[in-house]
Amino acid sequence: MAKPKIALYWCSSCGGCEESVVDMAEDIIKIKESADIVFWPGAIDTKYKDVKEMKDGEIAVCLINGSIRMDEQQYMARLLRKKSQIVIAQGSCAHIGGIYGLANFYTKEECLNRAYKEVPSVRNPEGILPQVKSKDDERELELSGFHDLVKPLDQVIEVDYYIPGCPPNPKYIVEAIMCILQNKSIPKGSVFADRKALCATCSRSDTKPEKAVLKEIKRVHEWIWDPEKCFLAQNMICLGPATRGGCEERCIKANMPCRGCYGPTENVVDQGGKFLSALASIIDSKDEDELKKIADSILDMGGIFYRYSLPSSLLRKRIK
Amino acid sequence: MGKRITIDPITRLEGHGKINIFLDDKGEVERAYLQIPEFKAFEKFCEGRLAEEMPVITQKICGVCPTAHHTASSKALDDLFKVDPPPAAKKIRELMYNAFMFEDHLFHFYFLAGPDFIVGPDSPELGKNIFGVIDKVGIETGKKVIDIRNRVRRLNATISGSSLYPVCGLPGGVSKTLTKEDITNMKVVTKDALEFAKFTLKIFDDVVLKNKKYTDLINSDTYCHQTYYMGLVDENNKVNFYDGKIRVVDPNGKEFIKFEAKDYLKHLEERVEPWSYLKILYLKDIGWKGFVDGQFSGIYRVGPLARLNASDGMATPLAQAEYERMFDTLGGKPVHKTLAYHWARLIEVLYAAERMDELVKDEELTSPNVRNIPVQTPEEGIGVCEAPRGTLFHHYKTDKKGILREANLLVATQNNAAAICMSIEKAARVFIKKGKFSDGILNMIEMAIRAYDPCLACATHILLGNMPVIVKIFNKNKKLIKQIS
Amino acid sequence: MSDFEPKIIGFLCNWCSYEGADSAGRAGKVYPANLKVIRVMCSGRIDPQFVIKAFREGADGVMILGCHPGECHYKEGNYQALRKYILLKKMLTQFGIEEERIRLHWVSASECDQFVKVVSEMVKDMRQLGPLMKVNVGRFMKVARVRR
Repeated sequence: MAKPKIALYWCSSCGGCEESVVDMAEDIIKIKESADIVFWPGAIDTKYKDVKEMKDGEIAVCLINGSIRMDEQQYMARLLRKKSQIVIAQGSCAHIGGIYGLANFYTKEECLNRAYKEVPSVRNPEGILPQVKSKDDERELELSGFHDLVKPLDQVIEVDYYIPGCPPNPKYIVEAIMCILQNKSIPKGSVFADRKALCATCSRSDTKPEKAVLKEIKRVHEWIWDPEKCFLAQNMICLGPATRGGCEERCIKANMPCRGCYGPTENVVDQGGKFLSALASIIDSKDEDELKKIADSILDMGGIFYRYSLPSSLLRKRIK
Repeated sequence: MGKRITIDPITRLEGHGKINIFLDDKGEVERAYLQIPEFKAFEKFCEGRLAEEMPVITQKICGVCPTAHHTASSKALDDLFKVDPPPAAKKIRELMYNAFMFEDHLFHFYFLAGPDFIVGPDSPELGKNIFGVIDKVGIETGKKVIDIRNRVRRLNATISGSSLYPVCGLPGGVSKTLTKEDITNMKVVTKDALEFAKFTLKIFDDVVLKNKKYTDLINSDTYCHQTYYMGLVDENNKVNFYDGKIRVVDPNGKEFIKFEAKDYLKHLEERVEPWSYLKILYLKDIGWKGFVDGQFSGIYRVGPLARLNASDGMATPLAQAEYERMFDTLGGKPVHKTLAYHWARLIEVLYAAERMDELVKDEELTSPNVRNIPVQTPEEGIGVCEAPRGTLFHHYKTDKKGILREANLLVATQNNAAAICMSIEKAARVFIKKGKFSDGILNMIEMAIRAYDPCLACATHILLGNMPVIVKIFNKNKKLIKQIS
Repeated sequence: MSDFEPKIIGFLCNWCSYEGADSAGRAGKVYPANLKVIRVMCSGRIDPQFVIKAFREGADGVMILGCHPGECHYKEGNYQALRKYILLKKMLTQFGIEEERIRLHWVSASECDQFVKVVSEMVKDMRQLGPLMKVNVGRFMKVARVRR
């Protein structure tokens, strides 16, 4: 009996999710024995036409990482949805938009102008910008069109499961693929990570503040903190309370606070808003003026609270 | 009758790109274009972010070389806040960096470009990948490759949290100290890494250098360009990945300029083409003269071969011996043969392994003093390091509170952008005659690109998206005849 | 903008401000009809997501009314609201939402005049400020998926 088929595809991605697949180490050989990898542009040489020629539903499971920002990616995401029985959104970008989603704070024009006209190292007196259609000596060339906003995968196609994280933990990738190949019944929309917030498994949770203690916020470069104590108890921003666990606290172990790459916990749509709520609840002040001073010392809330989740948040972008 | 050939996607490299080759009436190659339809708006969306968060933000430009961005960013922050890390912190950073170079170069050799050599360019398409390599060298060796890569990455995770998401870089040092137990574990890994580096060079020797078909290919003019070369060197002009001055040599191997990171704007400039999102870097002192070789063209190359060309040697003994062997075999310095990048890369693997082994024996690594707290008001900072693919610059300007106002990133593969275009065109000219080509021939063209180990996600650090490389063939009347995708 | 009528969502706490609004109604006070009231048990219940969602769905302004400090039925819920409000209105400026569009006031059960005053002022200011979004993009956004 033929082995089930697996495909992996990358949209607007950095390649880290492919690396985390490779990080499965010997498990990758286990997967290769249970299934045929039929499409994986990063590592094997099959082409688009091979995918187009497949029957609908021929691919058992397809992992797509990266957010959607271009026509080509939207097209490929839809094509793979048709050809696959199950689609898994792998990594923060596909799950909640990812760090590139911070570009949603700016318009498409602002981004292009900065890169191609304004940076000090560029010499571009004619103000050339990359074009969807262009000519060089009568030769016509095309580039894929792009959208105004970065989108996570489920704003473009229907997604069955999610493996969150930037990058995702290889053990969840193995688990997800093996569960599906073994036909285990998993509710649609499930996220392959912990259900609770990071604090539940964090080694520093003993010192997590139970009540209002913060009088100021300290930034990471300003001082040397206690490497054993909870960051929030030490006046530092750590998105642990608003972030799903499952990453094995890799950043905490490196003595740096969490920045929320696993996305929000269950039933939360807006990770940034939820974290704001958590932070507000431990600020020790009842005086409006003092609170304003504390708020003024917390810089770039949007960029920290929504570091990975801006495209999937309620507002998704800068409105005006 | 003229045609257009498009290769889409170029597989087995990081990022997406497409190649369009235009043929003239006689079926000879007229012009080839490497188009990168990827763009990540880092230079814009970093504005408004906090400076000390930049190492963890900019590393997301690329999942293959996040440590390179993390390190260049940390160094830019050191400059921004005018704070010098304590010696232990610099050594920790350098250890992490060499470990990263080791496993990244190995990854490229075994997973990306190596299959072309080890499995053979004439093998069927689906066999040319890591699984084909494992079939060819045997499951035990295959497991060794996966294992050593994994262990070195875990070494990095001990220092920085995760090899794919290092977080330890801070202005003035690193976030975490190392314990004696950490070091004991690392010593085991670096010893095995060194053995494996030697073993890989032996495989390269047996499979590639002893095979006349390959050495002919390496020495042929097809994959050869006379360009300038750029790389970081220490005070003895030896290759150093982490720190030093930037040295450029001309096509005859003579030193052309040597400058510090802070002066990069005086010597490097970018160019925009409407048919690609990738900006092209060239030497400002000479200027842009088009996609041409030679002393009078501002095009230069970076990466393993370029670093070896631009330096006077390697700082560790085994790597130095290999360095000399390579230049003796290939006819002296500088070597212009693009496929020699693969050899140079493995020499760098050996250097990285030796340097790791050296650093891990340094008692200072377990020092509790790994950070100096900045006291100056931030204003502007520039950091440089050698990413696996070439020289990488991070330049930040902030306000007094340390909120980023401007960012400029010159990423490794941009330095090679022009050279890659030229390599594709040259290879295409040689292999495509009278309009005839095949999948195998197109793969020979892809080999020209893979030698550079381009990182197209990095190179285009502008978020617009990925598209694999498609090959389209057009005739002289610009009508699409065939598409291979 | 002479015919622009701002839409304002008000989150009113059950024990004080909602009662205050009711008493304004009973007293026959006249105030602009732009306010749509959502009653919550305590102003401390207000999740920042409520406020953000209101803007996304087309509100031009959001008002939070609670008990005076020291008078909260649940002791300190209003202080919770105050803290969240101060952080939230600063953060939302990064999204292009001006600080004046979110307001928090203390209104007790008997302060119907205070209620009328804060609502009228807000409507007047929003008319001047203009609509938040030219087109109500919330209508075009697919409903955000809640993940299990």
